[in-house]
Amino acid sequence: MQTTTNRPVKVQVDHLTKRFGDLLVLDDISFQIRKGEFVCVVGPTGCGKTTFLNLLTKLIEPTSGKLLIDGEPADPRRHNLAFVFQEPSCYPWKTVEENIRFGLELKKKSREETETKTEEMLRLLGMERFRKAYPNELSVSSTQRIIIGRAFAMEPDLLLMDEPYAQMDLKLRFYLEDEVLRLWREIGTTVVFITHNVEEAVYLSEKILILSNKPATIKETITNNLPYPRDIASEEFISLRRRVTEQIKWW
Amino acid sequence: MGKRYEKTWNRGEGAGKYTYAMLSAAGVLGFFLLWQLAVESGLVSSRYITKPTELVGVFLRKMYDSAPDGSTLPSNILASLKVALSGLALAILIGVPLGWLMGWYGEIDAFMKPLFEIIRPIPPVSWIPLTITWLGIGLGAKAFIIFFSAFVPCVINSYTGIRQTKSILINVAKTCGASNFTIFRKVGIPSSLPVTFAGIRVALGNAWSTLVAAEMLAANVGLGYMIQMGRTFARPDIIILGMVVIGAFGAFFAAMLDLMEKRFVKGGGNRG
Repeated sequence: MQTTTNRPVKVQVDHLTKRFGDLLVLDDISFQIRKGEFVCVVGPTGCGKTTFLNLLTKLIEPTSGKLLIDGEPADPRRHNLAFVFQEPSCYPWKTVEENIRFGLELKKKSREETETKTEEMLRLLGMERFRKAYPNELSVSSTQRIIIGRAFAMEPDLLLMDEPYAQMDLKLRFYLEDEVLRLWREIGTTVVFITHNVEEAVYLSEKILILSNKPATIKETITNNLPYPRDIASEEFISLRRRVTEQIKWW
Repeated sequence: MGKRYEKTWNRGEGAGKYTYAMLSAAGVLGFFLLWQLAVESGLVSSRYITKPTELVGVFLRKMYDSAPDGSTLPSNILASLKVALSGLALAILIGVPLGWLMGWYGEIDAFMKPLFEIIRPIPPVSWIPLTITWLGIGLGAKAFIIFFSAFVPCVINSYTGIRQTKSILINVAKTCGASNFTIFRKVGIPSSLPVTFAGIRVALGNAWSTLVAAEMLAANVGLGYMIQMGRTFARPDIIILGMVVIGAFGAFFAAMLDLMEKRFVKGGGNRG
């Protein structure tokens, strides 16, 4: 894999600010994300992480500032974005197969491409046997895997994940973290992953953006060069984790 | 998650199904048996109510005999079915899409809702006198009355159903770059189906019960008219036959609707 510094810039954020009435949530945020990079965004609870992601996907408009993807203003209709939300977001009336296919259909991909990508994703997730099952027949972890599969199948230029594992127990989280790393490596998507779990951020990311308390600004950007697969018990891992934790502390 | 647990609970599913079918049959048979005994024992006078066994005879005779109301049972059934189904179909075809559009698009909601709220409380039977003046007593007139009774639940439920679409499901489609109309079609409508079907079920009941009212006042053939004539000629057997046939058809259509719902509403409704 290329090192992060020589890849082209994918996302450019310039002086991004968001106010809801008098409440300043994001204050003058600027950073860039390179193509294929895995970036984790951490920060104290309620600091505006979700607002930040909603801005990236244009679910809400910024008060001021610019957000460019490949040098153009971000637009879900033009850019290939995908979002994995914190809450379960499988379509209950669609089977596993149809759920994975749905994103591709919305993006109006050709029938052939849709079929190929869906099949590939079912294989990658190891869910071929359950292709005809409905989400309510599956476990929570399986439905979350479908959501992640649906996002990766679109091969998005930018994949945004908003605390996708917040509701899960430790075992599931470890399992799905490895899964997301595997898909990221195989497909080469640029990922922005929001979490409040420092260990998760250190385990997954190539770069960590640490947000301050509200109004959120970028407190520090840390490059994470630990080799994959990472050992959470190693000295380097623990020291990096400690460093990030120190930065998040606002008390 | 419902289904998984259900499966664990109903481990003896095969035996359970059989037992339930037997219980249902026993319920119906028991009812008729009590009815028969009540009349046989003289508890209820046979002047007021016909025995179920006699009802079978009346049913068979009415298949070809047009006395006393002027039509055989099949032509009465056919006439009623035409009225009820055309009124109901029209109500579904207009009411459901209207409810969806009102629930999804604020402008249409603002435009239609006050008008709908004024029409909604008017009892369907109160349209009967005007309808007779406008349309006479033909199929159109009766279908129109039934339309009003079935239209309201169709609109209300499809409206409520689509408004309950989870915002997360809308946002997923939005971040994929889908247009509002595409989201309406591919997320809003499917998500509204369980509630919409509940509305159609209410509409079916309304249509069927308004049918009798409509035919009692304005008809010369049909099950409601047959019941009315039964009263005029003091024939409880004809009245009860009409009631039983209406009940049986109502149950039959409810079962048909169940099948349709199973076909259209996938994945256990909205509980995924």
